Amino acid sequence: MDFNEAQIERYSRHIILSEVGVEGQQKLLESKVLIIGTGGLGAPAAMFLAAAGVGTIGLVDADSVDLSNLQRQIIHQTKDVGKLKVVSGKETINEMNPDVNVITYHTFVNASNILEIIKDQDYDFIIDGTDNFGAKFLINDACVIAKKPFSHAGIIRFNGQLTTYIPDNNTPCYRCMFKEPPPEGAVPTCREAGVLGVMGGVIGTLQATEAIKYILGLGETLAGYLMTYDAIKMEFRKIKIKHNAKCGICGDEPSIQELIDYKPPVCSL
Amino acid sequence: MTIRVNGEEKLLEKEVNILELLTLQEVKMVEMVSVELNGEILDRDDFETTLVKENDAIELLYFMGGGSFGF
Ligand SMILES: [Zn+2]
Repeated sequence: MDFNEAQIERYSRHIILSEVGVEGQQKLLESKVLIIGTGGLGAPAAMFLAAAGVGTIGLVDADSVDLSNLQRQIIHQTKDVGKLKVVSGKETINEMNPDVNVITYHTFVNASNILEIIKDQDYDFIIDGTDNFGAKFLINDACVIAKKPFSHAGIIRFNGQLTTYIPDNNTPCYRCMFKEPPPEGAVPTCREAGVLGVMGGVIGTLQATEAIKYILGLGETLAGYLMTYDAIKMEFRKIKIKHNAKCGICGDEPSIQELIDYKPPVCSL
Repeated sequence: MTIRVNGEEKLLEKEVNILELLTLQEVKMVEMVSVELNGEILDRDDFETTLVKENDAIELLYFMGGGSFGF
């Protein structure tokens, strides 16, 4: 792939980094990232990946933009209220960077469509930007089955956390850390608990960083760690997590043979 | 006895099991957390029978949803 003049200028701050260079920028332009959920986490992740020149970005969301989303879901604007989130997201990305091909999936992920969506463009990396545990476990299990690397994250109130799963690397998956979704009522929903708008910005941007580093083969990822962020204490921690031999999906004797549709979203309106 | 919980030192006045420790940490429901004891994720079924020992490093991992609404 040859860069045109505009691309050389657009990506000049990447190209000048010896760890990225022309070659790395080419890798980014040829890469494909799927973002499931274009909300608090997915919005900033999508925007930074688009700005970075990730050539193909898939957006999955069944929802429309609500006024109460705009406090943190910065890919959507006031004029977009009522619009499908995938459409609004695609428009924002197209305006920002014409190099990016945006593919939209106006749907919820479920046990019968998620593998198809992941395989649709043979995505290189998947970002979990969903809000509910059913979807989070589904994405985890699907990525383990499809042998796809992905970034898991969650945010609530003034806290956030994330980890990266890389297949065939003895990496713990989300289910290695959390066996199954919590029962209803055990964990407050976003709506009950609230969330500081910037939490998605901090954690979603870290998810984008993990995707970019994975694509570039650069440095250490959060594979084998759960990173937590406490904005009140202004403290990041990296908790080392081992692969769990008893894990239901990636353990020695996995009990889960097919994908599970858990009950409706914990965080639904 | 001194242990570490989520990176912070904690002084325990008496011997406790993991369930009792969760109560001390004000975890209202056991299902809210996963527990890592000295680098290994503990089975929930073993919370009651696992006693906390001097110098144990315990990480309480909390469920976090978030992201988008209504997805
Ligand atoms: Zn696992």
